[in-house]
Amino acid sequence: MSESSGSDSGSGGSGRSGTRPPTDRRALVAGHADFATGIISAVAQIAGRPEVFLPFSNRDLSAKDVEKQMRELVSQPNVTTIFTDLPAGSCTMAARRLLRERPDLVLVTGANLATLLEFVFSEPMTPGDTARYAVERGRTALATVEGSAEAPRGN
Amino acid sequence: MAIELYRIDDRLIHGQVVVGWGQPLALEFIVLVDDEVAASEWEQELYRMGVPPEMGVHFDSLTGAAENLLRYQTDDRRGLLLTADIPTMAQLCDTSGSIKRVNIGGIHHRPGRVQRLRYVFLSPQEEDALRALESRGIEVTAQDVPAARPLALGEMLSAEGVR
Repeated sequence: MSESSGSDSGSGGSGRSGTRPPTDRRALVAGHADFATGIISAVAQIAGRPEVFLPFSNRDLSAKDVEKQMRELVSQPNVTTIFTDLPAGSCTMAARRLLRERPDLVLVTGANLATLLEFVFSEPMTPGDTARYAVERGRTALATVEGSAEAPRGN
Repeated sequence: MAIELYRIDDRLIHGQVVVGWGQPLALEFIVLVDDEVAASEWEQELYRMGVPPEMGVHFDSLTGAAENLLRYQTDDRRGLLLTADIPTMAQLCDTSGSIKRVNIGGIHHRPGRVQRLRYVFLSPQEEDALRALESRGIEVTAQDVPAARPLALGEMLSAEGVR
């Protein structure tokens, strides 16, 4: 099983599409509680393309039911990628099981909003390359800003 | 005792266990007791990848766990023992005689089970098994995450549905 990593993001451009028409690729977003619907609503507000993502919550489901319902969702047309919220979560566990039977799928764990936006806007590429660009963008978005750095200097 | 929590959770290793309990209990290792997982390298790798690198994971069959339990209980580190179902935990309790508390963390819907809590569904046989544990002096409580109030067995079995 190959895994996405932002450290080997392939060669070529930024992954941005510019004026290129949107691709028809889709992804499952799976996580705890309202993570998926919440982050997809944020994508909709910024990018206006919520249809790219299928939301799924593991709330109150057994591991077997999580896997079963995720399997049904990734069988929908053009679903190439699964985004999950937490590497240790039951959605991630289920996704890894699905990848065993569907090697064409790509899993991205620890997804954030920047990750999903990159997935929406990146140009047509292989699912693996698309995921790698998305991971790279998501990692870049994580930053620490300390108050002392923002304080006015001098008098 | 190094095992801080004996938990029944049919999701086994997942976010509530690794993060929800792992952080406040400062867990350093998990013992996953499951015959199916113990027999599969692939399953073990799957669960191992779900825990941070500084946290150890031991995979045991029921028989193996019974043999190794004292070693886990006297480990210098803080651990959590997991089973996916009630019979496995009940047999471990019977074999060891040293488990005093059992946490019901998640037993989800399956045909034949009745919903007692948002995260607990039980068959009549499973309810009897939990009562039997309590009758042997083992405290059985339901609590999915540390911030939730632990519910005693009687309170859990008298509940009907979402809570």
